[in-house]
Amino acid sequence: MSESTASGRFSLSNGQSASISQTPVMGMASFQETVLHEVEDGARISAMFGQPVDGGNIRLWAILSQDRQSLLLPLCTETDADYPALTPHCTQAHGFEREIWEQWRIRPQGHPWLKPVRFHAPYRSESAGTSDAAAPEIGVMPFFKVEGEEVHEVAVGPVHAGIIEPGHFRFQCYGENVLHLEISLGYQHRGIERHLTSGPDPRTLHYMETLAGDTTIGHTTAYCQILEALSGTGISVRAQVLRGIALELERIANHTGDIGALAGDVGFLPTLSYCGRIRGDVLNMTAVICGNRFGRGLVRPGGAGHDLDTALRHELQQRLNAVEKDLSVAVNLLWKTSSVMARFEGAGAIRREDAEMLGLVGPVARACGLERDVRNDMPHGIFQFTQIPVSTCSSGDVMARAHVRWLEIQRSITFIREQLDSMPDETVTTPLSPLKPDHIAVSLVEGWRGEICHIALTDRQGRFAAYKIVDPSFHNWFALAYALRNQQISDFPLCNKSFNLSYCGHDL
Amino acid sequence: MTMNMTSLLHIPTAFILAPLLLGIINRTKAFFAGRKGQPLLQAYYDIAKLLQKSAVYSRTTSWVFRAGPVASLAAVTTALLVVPVGGSAAPFHFSGDLIFLAYLLGVVRFFTVIAALDTGSPFEGMGASREVQFSVLAEPALLLSLAAMSLIGKIPAADSMLFQGFFASLSEIYARLTLAAWSHSGTVLLLAASAIMIVLLTENSRIPVDDPNTHLELTMIHEVMVLDHSGPDFAMILYAAALKLWIFCALLAGVLMPVRSGNFLLDTTTIIAGIFMIAIGIGVIESIMARLRLLRIPQLLSGAGVFALLAIVLVLKK
Repeated sequence: MSESTASGRFSLSNGQSASISQTPVMGMASFQETVLHEVEDGARISAMFGQPVDGGNIRLWAILSQDRQSLLLPLCTETDADYPALTPHCTQAHGFEREIWEQWRIRPQGHPWLKPVRFHAPYRSESAGTSDAAAPEIGVMPFFKVEGEEVHEVAVGPVHAGIIEPGHFRFQCYGENVLHLEISLGYQHRGIERHLTSGPDPRTLHYMETLAGDTTIGHTTAYCQILEALSGTGISVRAQVLRGIALELERIANHTGDIGALAGDVGFLPTLSYCGRIRGDVLNMTAVICGNRFGRGLVRPGGAGHDLDTALRHELQQRLNAVEKDLSVAVNLLWKTSSVMARFEGAGAIRREDAEMLGLVGPVARACGLERDVRNDMPHGIFQFTQIPVSTCSSGDVMARAHVRWLEIQRSITFIREQLDSMPDETVTTPLSPLKPDHIAVSLVEGWRGEICHIALTDRQGRFAAYKIVDPSFHNWFALAYALRNQQISDFPLCNKSFNLSYCGHDL
Repeated sequence: MTMNMTSLLHIPTAFILAPLLLGIINRTKAFFAGRKGQPLLQAYYDIAKLLQKSAVYSRTTSWVFRAGPVASLAAVTTALLVVPVGGSAAPFHFSGDLIFLAYLLGVVRFFTVIAALDTGSPFEGMGASREVQFSVLAEPALLLSLAAMSLIGKIPAADSMLFQGFFASLSEIYARLTLAAWSHSGTVLLLAASAIMIVLLTENSRIPVDDPNTHLELTMIHEVMVLDHSGPDFAMILYAAALKLWIFCALLAGVLMPVRSGNFLLDTTTIIAGIFMIAIGIGVIESIMARLRLLRIPQLLSGAGVFALLAIVLVLKK
């Protein structure tokens, strides 16, 4: 039962748009009270962001996901200076409040961890009258320090030994034991959200496709859903099926790569090698559909950029069978090797309560026993007609995160197989109408890392007044630091791989 | 001290063949992983390539850092001189040379560790700490298992006999490890060989103790200590590591292959074949199991120590 609806508060469903006037600007106190009350009631903060409005004020938006009711609750308030922080009462808001402070210099008073997120220059000066502040030097911030005779500090990155993205990790260690880990990102900040305002333009789609290269389908789908919601376009079921197949292929490919990498991190070569090859096979299936292994050009506003004919569908079925066969051999070898299980079990465990408190999403949350999956909670597109069971585990450790990935791979394969068999005969593109002015649209997609959230607000001309992107990594990076407490520093690479978060998706 | 001219041939053999062991291990692993794998001679190519490069030195390092690789290679080469290849005696052997061998291996470790610490890098410090911690446990296991083998065939009727047994040279110990020795003290030899195998995997940074393939500096033991070395220095480190692996494989093959015909050529070839088979065995172990959690490694090494101790108890009881 929804109290909010009873109290007449306006809510949206995933991929729906509404006039901004339907979400009245609340007073700061009632805004905070509502957020805290809803979060206590089981809602999650899917996004929080600031939007400059006339008169120099900043409008603070919070998008709360009420998973049980499949509803999204947009709330907003206005402020021009400091406000009491939500974080002390609601840990989920931690990253968002830091972000808002960094961008708009709205100080959340009493925030316990107010440090830069991406180290860029603020979008407006501290307060009216003062000159613009310069960008802080990246990576320079007061790191949490543990002091003591035998305590030592280990700094890793931003340049790493492997071919991975840049990020800085600061460990406070007592011998081999990690007392605390602090992660400092921002090295990949490109200012995508700023480039999107006053869009959409022909470049926007390409920004979306390369926002996080391994989540091309996820982010592009979220963006296309925004455009379709704002223009009131309904796409054909065939196009929805294509998007669903692409999304699940992306999930299979990345999960396969992750399971292989987990095996590699404990030095178990057979699964590493086979999964590396099989991941390529899955990427090639996407390439068969659209000509690009990561799915660029496949998801397009109003539908899909490519269609599948019968021969192609048959070929995909064949390839899927081969992948399923090889993958189950490679992955089952992992579960059967006791030395691998000894490494996975108990490493980097997160308790369910903590996962809930931190607002985790995706396989990481499901590995802690939380049934969170946008495909089920807020179904949109093909997932309104077909349910994929939510894959969960309870132990919250590396083992659980690996196991959830394997369950999801199997369920995605079943889903794709069914969808290939039952594609309705339709066109795959629907022309878009112009975007409605002064509207808000929220779009959620369960990418392979978890909930992808895009929000667009249009101005009087129907252009983007603000565009907010929340990659699942933004919710989950803090959990990695949390999982490392009281673990062995030598287990860090394994834990890190079991999260496999995106740097560029976080840094935007 | 006795010098054995024919056995001097062992030295060039080791010099030439040692890097091949790495190639054999890697090809075995590639086979299990369904890959083609790198060329058998890759280690030679790597060393040749590194020798043509110039070394880069961090400004924070001193002469200690530069001395490390040279001293390590010199110590390993010296150690080669006392290692028997099966029944054919080492070029040099003298009573108590097994202690000499253990200390030379200690010298290798000391210089690797001190060169790592000289860089001031936290990773290298961590690696050095791990290396020293594990070798403290590995060294007694090696010495005890060699001691157990030295007592085979000697009934310690009096304390003096026991004393004599302990001070046999490595070459004498290995010369006595015949088929007959296996038939009456098989258990002792098996226990000793297991202990040596575990020490071999530890000392040569192989799985399950260390992962020579990883690029993850936080999990490494040996590899992380040599991260800052480059060019010819790194070539010396690679070469010294190959020779060290050869020494341990020779010690193990000498136990496992009780061919003591007295014919130098036959004995040596058999043991060298055994050395290559052990390399294949290492590759198999690395393919079928994951690395241990770092916390568990001391337990594995204590296990090796217990095997060696048990071997001594059994041999003394006879």
